[in-house]
Amino acid sequence: MNERAPRIGVVTFPGSLDDRDALRAVRLMGGDGVPLWHGERDLHGVDGVVLPGGFSYGDYLRTGAIARFAPVMEEVRGFAEAGGPVLGICNGFQILCEAGLLPGALIRNRGLRFVCRWVHVRVETTLSPITAGLVPGEVLRVPVKHGEGQFVAREDDLRRIQGEGLVVLRYCGPDGSVGDDHNVNGSTAAIAGVRNDAGNVVGLMPHPEHAVDPDLGPTGGQPMLAALLEAALARVSA
Amino acid sequence: MRYTFEVLVRLKPGLLDPQGKAVEGSLPALGWTNVSGVRVGKHVALTVEAADEASAKAQVEEMAERLLSNPVIEEFQVLAAQAAAP
Repeated sequence: MNERAPRIGVVTFPGSLDDRDALRAVRLMGGDGVPLWHGERDLHGVDGVVLPGGFSYGDYLRTGAIARFAPVMEEVRGFAEAGGPVLGICNGFQILCEAGLLPGALIRNRGLRFVCRWVHVRVETTLSPITAGLVPGEVLRVPVKHGEGQFVAREDDLRRIQGEGLVVLRYCGPDGSVGDDHNVNGSTAAIAGVRNDAGNVVGLMPHPEHAVDPDLGPTGGQPMLAALLEAALARVSA
Repeated sequence: MRYTFEVLVRLKPGLLDPQGKAVEGSLPALGWTNVSGVRVGKHVALTVEAADEASAKAQVEEMAERLLSNPVIEEFQVLAAQAAAP
């Protein structure tokens, strides 16, 4: 038995919105949520990091473009390079792409509209801190809410992302079928989430932290956050 | 010396530009049915204090590369400097 619950740091940037929800979700799943501040060069010894959703720095210039230079991001980069599990959700995903910790970029949704709805996503790989323990092909129900979630990448990066199993989640139908109808934002190859080469950094547009409490709706986020806690726990016992 | 620059940032060709599409889609309502290829970009103006123009321009190029644009999706162009009023 481990002596303590895994400690998951959740970074608050100016304009973050989902930091509280992420902390609450971590606690609901049995972890210890640790608030982290963008201006601090200190991760307070956490075992995992979540960059939450929102509109850091008002999405000025590009989504995530300014947040990536926040002092705390140097620490997050070091943590990621040392193999620590890092999850970027929505704006957090955009920040990780801007920081070069994940391949690709997120641009304005294909339909130009902000989308706010429940979607289905299909697990494409189990080699990520949020899908370890799941089964490829498994379908989860989670919400999305974003204006700039269309995933794009350079052609060579895209080949690598698809060829080397870096796609973590794809938008799909309830039965797991991938098609244009289910692609809510026009993402290339219906990509909803990707990981880095090492497999410890992952970003996704859907919000697992909004789908953990059965009193509030579907709980498709539970297995993803449970996996994140497991990955963090591995560091505790290491 | 102070030098004023303008930096143009545009989405790479080939990347779908939903903003450009929306603008293009609204022009026919105003009577322009002869427009195509609308792309929306960004224009950044800034003034840099530096020893000479070459050094100022080199710095602006670096700013454009590191912050003002994202090389994954955008390309940029630094327009010629103008000496700014002191």
